[in-house]
Amino acid sequence: MDIITHLLDGFVVALQPMNLFLVIIGCAVGLFIGAMPGLGSVNGVAILLPVTFIVPPTSAIIFLCAIYYGAMYGGAISSIMLGIPGASTAVATTFDGRPMAVQGKADKALVAAAVASFFGGTISVILFTAFAPPLAHVALVFGSAEEFALMMLAFGTFVGLGGDDIPKTIFSILIGLVLSAVGLDIISGAPRLIFGDISGFYHGINFLVLAIGIYGIGEILWTIESSRGEVQVSQAVVSVQRILAALKEMGKCIKTMIMGSLVGYFVGLLPAAGATPGSIMAYGFAKTMSRNPKSFGEGNIQGVAAPESANNAASTGSMLPMLTLGIPGSPTTAILLGGMVIWGLEPGPRLFVDQTEFVWGLIASLYVANLFALLLNVAFIPVFIWVLKLPFTILAPVIFILCVVGGYAPTQDMHDVWLMLIFGVVGYLMRKLDYPMAPMVLAIVLGPLAESSLRQSLLLSGGSMMVFVERPISGPIIGVAMLLFLLPVFKALKRRRDAGKASEG
Amino acid sequence: MRRAEIMMAVVLAIFSAYLMWKSAELPIGWVPDRGPGGGAFPFWLSAGMLLSSLWILVRALRGVTAQSQSTEPYFDSQSAVLVALVVGALTVMIASMHWIGVYGAIPLFFVFYMKIIGRHSWLQTLSFAVITPIVTFFFFEILLNITLPKGITEPLFYPLYDIFL
Repeated sequence: MDIITHLLDGFVVALQPMNLFLVIIGCAVGLFIGAMPGLGSVNGVAILLPVTFIVPPTSAIIFLCAIYYGAMYGGAISSIMLGIPGASTAVATTFDGRPMAVQGKADKALVAAAVASFFGGTISVILFTAFAPPLAHVALVFGSAEEFALMMLAFGTFVGLGGDDIPKTIFSILIGLVLSAVGLDIISGAPRLIFGDISGFYHGINFLVLAIGIYGIGEILWTIESSRGEVQVSQAVVSVQRILAALKEMGKCIKTMIMGSLVGYFVGLLPAAGATPGSIMAYGFAKTMSRNPKSFGEGNIQGVAAPESANNAASTGSMLPMLTLGIPGSPTTAILLGGMVIWGLEPGPRLFVDQTEFVWGLIASLYVANLFALLLNVAFIPVFIWVLKLPFTILAPVIFILCVVGGYAPTQDMHDVWLMLIFGVVGYLMRKLDYPMAPMVLAIVLGPLAESSLRQSLLLSGGSMMVFVERPISGPIIGVAMLLFLLPVFKALKRRRDAGKASEG
Repeated sequence: MRRAEIMMAVVLAIFSAYLMWKSAELPIGWVPDRGPGGGAFPFWLSAGMLLSSLWILVRALRGVTAQSQSTEPYFDSQSAVLVALVVGALTVMIASMHWIGVYGAIPLFFVFYMKIIGRHSWLQTLSFAVITPIVTFFFFEILLNITLPKGITEPLFYPLYDIFL
């Protein structure tokens, strides 16, 4: 088996002392970030990406993925202890986690969340290992038309499945793409969209400037505004015996966890969906499947296990299209993808051929990260509870400083720091009006690739748009993308017809 | 909220139109042998931005969106003051980085944020104000070799450069 040998080679990379150390640090940092109300994996990865310039790319992505994983575990901690989701991905965990904490079963809920996360993570990494190489192999024949079609598909999922206001979603996608076009035109080399002749625009707008602006500065402003009130931290009685007892009880949850993992994984593959809807869907399924659906919402342990296994599985799921196709499956993976470009790697199916050490090292590190996230999570429950009590007026300035210095680091230009502040504030104001931010970040990362693949395809076809429809692979992809773009129209028509029927009857 | 929704749509529409005009500085049509001109991609996308912001505006005026129906204020006065203070502090900090450098701006920012906004004790405030710049210096300047802006404080760092670089 080819995959097994590759995976074993990957473990050799992942278990190198430095990488192992980075996994442990990454998991701990991720757990911490995830546990903080308001901050999730995407914020952690965006703010800390500049810090990883210190190590080689493989170690850098291993570290960032460990943060991604850790944050998925950590999100549950504040959902349970505060009743406030630590990250949007842990919203569904509050439904039953909080009641359990109120009933004095916080330790049980925390252990259930950790075990379910481990379960979801592990199942999804196994699925990932099995699916990724064949998919990458298929994708090797993709040309520029297929690449463009895939990006249309990614944007289509936001419009069709994202669930946000349609014109606002479209606006968000388009502005991200336009911002990515700032700088020197790739083909003619002519300066383009240089506002006010400011020299800082010549090197283009680095995606990190937008990502840190929105997910660093904007997110903290959002949290400052929404978390003004005092929050009540539940008490948790933690002892080794109680943890062991809670572990034993997890046997009942196996079916729920398998279901949650599968739902999360497949929902996670879609760029617009990802961990948040995945975990909510898994919660819904668990409730329908249960013999006692009424107990959900009142502290049923299955209601913690389902969303927690799903959100971890989704985070792995979203890495599959990122690594094999070069299309990120979530905002966090979009930032990882942008990071890969900064590190000098070319995302896409060639990675599996040219950068086997990188790819398999990463995959193996996911197995390792899962294990450490579980161990750290259970071992340091008291520490994380203490973290929740830290006043935000200490954390906010520290994070702001990290954002400012991190925004300066990639280009070493104060111009970018100013832009980041502007993006952060404007993004925050737009977010208050429900403009979705994830499509914008995805678009600015994919923008340069989208433009070059579009222009290449058109050049080859002599300007005919039919090239996207006629080719055997890109045709169906574009077809599905168009369906997704039109899905809201169909829904609206159906609603109008139903409304018409109702008023007639 | 309704007024904010409408104003945002108008501002975004104007911004999109500006982007269209700006992209049109490069050829937006077909350039023989080179395919679409350099301005085409941003031009048509900003045209799309203009259309979608007009669409948002129409929906807002007709009261279809949730925001345009909401009677809640866009900002209540308390959070407006808080957010304005924080954004103001950030702006002043970034501006002062040009002049007194990162290592002058960071401690001042901490003092303002932790003491005035957060009302923490002087001990806590000062320990953060001192430790953060030191960690920043060692991590970014020594380990990553990224020179952060220092403004007029530059000469103070010459001895440190001699020791570490």
